[in-house]
Amino acid sequence: MDTFAALAHGMAIAAQPMNLLYALIGVFLGTAVGVLPGIGPALTVALLLPVTYKLDPGGSLIMFAGIYYGGMYGGSTTAILINTPGESASMATALEGNKMAKAGRGGPALATSAIGSFVAGTIATIGLAFLSPYLVDIAVRFGPEDYFALMCVAFITVSATFGDSPIRGLTSLFIGLTLGLVGIDKLTGQARLAFGVPELLDGVEVTTLAVGLFAVGEALYVASRRHHTEEKIEAIKGSLWMTREDWKRSWKPWLRGTMFGFPIGALPAGGAEIPTFLSYSTERRLTKYPDEFGKGAIEGVAGPEAANNASAAGTLVPLLTLGLPTSATAAMMLAGFQQYGLNPGPLLFAERPDLVWGLIASLFIANTMLLVLNLPLIGLWVRLLKIPTPWLYAGILVFATMGTIAAKPSVVELSMLAGFGVLGFLMRRFDFPIAPVVVGLILGPIAESQLRRALAISLGDPMTLLQSPISATLLVVALIALLAPFVLKGLGRFKANED
Amino acid sequence: MTDGVGTEAPARGVDKAGIVIAALLAAVALVLVYDANQIPATTMYGMGPQVMPVVIAIGLGILALANLIDALRGNLPPRESSDPFAVLLILVGLALLIGIIGFGGGFILATTALFVTTSAAFGRRAFVMDLVIGAVLTTLIYVAFDRLLTLSLPAGPLERLL
Repeated sequence: MDTFAALAHGMAIAAQPMNLLYALIGVFLGTAVGVLPGIGPALTVALLLPVTYKLDPGGSLIMFAGIYYGGMYGGSTTAILINTPGESASMATALEGNKMAKAGRGGPALATSAIGSFVAGTIATIGLAFLSPYLVDIAVRFGPEDYFALMCVAFITVSATFGDSPIRGLTSLFIGLTLGLVGIDKLTGQARLAFGVPELLDGVEVTTLAVGLFAVGEALYVASRRHHTEEKIEAIKGSLWMTREDWKRSWKPWLRGTMFGFPIGALPAGGAEIPTFLSYSTERRLTKYPDEFGKGAIEGVAGPEAANNASAAGTLVPLLTLGLPTSATAAMMLAGFQQYGLNPGPLLFAERPDLVWGLIASLFIANTMLLVLNLPLIGLWVRLLKIPTPWLYAGILVFATMGTIAAKPSVVELSMLAGFGVLGFLMRRFDFPIAPVVVGLILGPIAESQLRRALAISLGDPMTLLQSPISATLLVVALIALLAPFVLKGLGRFKANED
Repeated sequence: MTDGVGTEAPARGVDKAGIVIAALLAAVALVLVYDANQIPATTMYGMGPQVMPVVIAIGLGILALANLIDALRGNLPPRESSDPFAVLLILVGLALLIGIIGFGGGFILATTALFVTTSAAFGRRAFVMDLVIGAVLTTLIYVAFDRLLTLSLPAGPLERLL
């Protein structure tokens, strides 16, 4: 019953007029930025972080919740109408959604994605609200060695287990870990990798890294291969609304997508690609209209969209209860907390319940606002999509650099932004995943301090990592997650040789 | 399997870019070790600040080796041709932005320069038009964020006129 009381209290906070306004602004800005091609939710959050600098933590986090969901919704609109998914989690949506738009059924595709996102987001947020207190109870029993082991699991699953190439994923992770070392060591005050540059003593700013890698890197990459792509926006013909038939075909995929999305998002397994593709293949198998798949089947939009949104709410479970970001977007949310000196985790639930439950409650509110706002405003979003590419990317870069200029108007910081942009460009060109860099930067220093705390308590005995049953189990899980892709690849090669 | 048939051919063979990537990773690992050696040893239980850089350096070393093997086997994913001029143009824009901010030219001038060069990198040739659009857009952003949201954006000659 505690959860109900806490949630009701959160609702009372989130429903204050000022906070409702923040949520509305967040949803609006999030959708407007997220709808721009090539901008995924992580970048949406990174770009809009400076907007929240001047707000109090409560209002800012509530605006964040809106930006988060708005950015996701904007991303699926782009995937459906121009087939450029801003992130891999929208790829499954683009498969059928863009086909529907081409067949003149863009309206129902957007509607099923919006309503499906609402249904999934609401169920998953309820899951978040009821699961979190239990996880917090477990988390308070975690010692520093257990936290360190848990972070090892997150490092491996985010970078190695589910990507195309574990080697390239781990390379990205280690670039992030290296960047995380820069600056003054918090435990001893020693400078590391600062090379005498005073600006580097504070370390690498997560927002500078994310905006550099995602926004500047993306702009450079798209400019470099401009002659390869031709984007075409599908006009929305016909009715926006779903027919009775559409509803009948959508509601089960919504629920199944939620069932895939929430648990997988809540595990530190990284990313929404897996649940979206699981949902897509399940719907493809279960559908009564198999011949429509590949030509624009509404189930293929409804399921993955629900899975995507449910997993986004799912990633908030480890983020809020353990302080563990498992996706680039979650890492940006963590950066949002850190700018107020707040560290998500069991302590935050105890010390600032108003903040945590206000945030959870505003997820419900943001979700409802999206549903009410977005279908009527779809014409506006389509117009945003029609901005000519040169101006679009020029505008994105202006806005991206503005964030850095506002935070730290120094030549060093801006040079770092440009440098990370080049890094992001090269990583895209050579197919290295980006998210592990961001997760490595933000989680690396936390993992190091937990490890050092654990070793200080054990008087330097590393066996402490194996003596705690939680930590030992988690380290074994991490080892399995690291070796699994290599073993599976070996098996695959073995099979291929047999043929 | 026959060599030189179909699209698979270019993917095989040594990938020079991959070797450069491996070399860069190894170089970063060396810098980490060098930097860790500069940190004075502290007497405390557990691990000091110099341990983690070395651990990460070892990881980077292993990954440099793995990337090198991938490159020698030609295992890198295929790449499309790219337009270095466009990339260069955006980088010039960023350099201009950094220079203008560094010398106190202010937000509007700096970001307008970036706007125009980026737009040109994406194939537009209407410089004057883009200059006007860029100036209007960045002025609006400046007013919205500096005046209304009270973020402090660097002011130069143009901003003082507002």
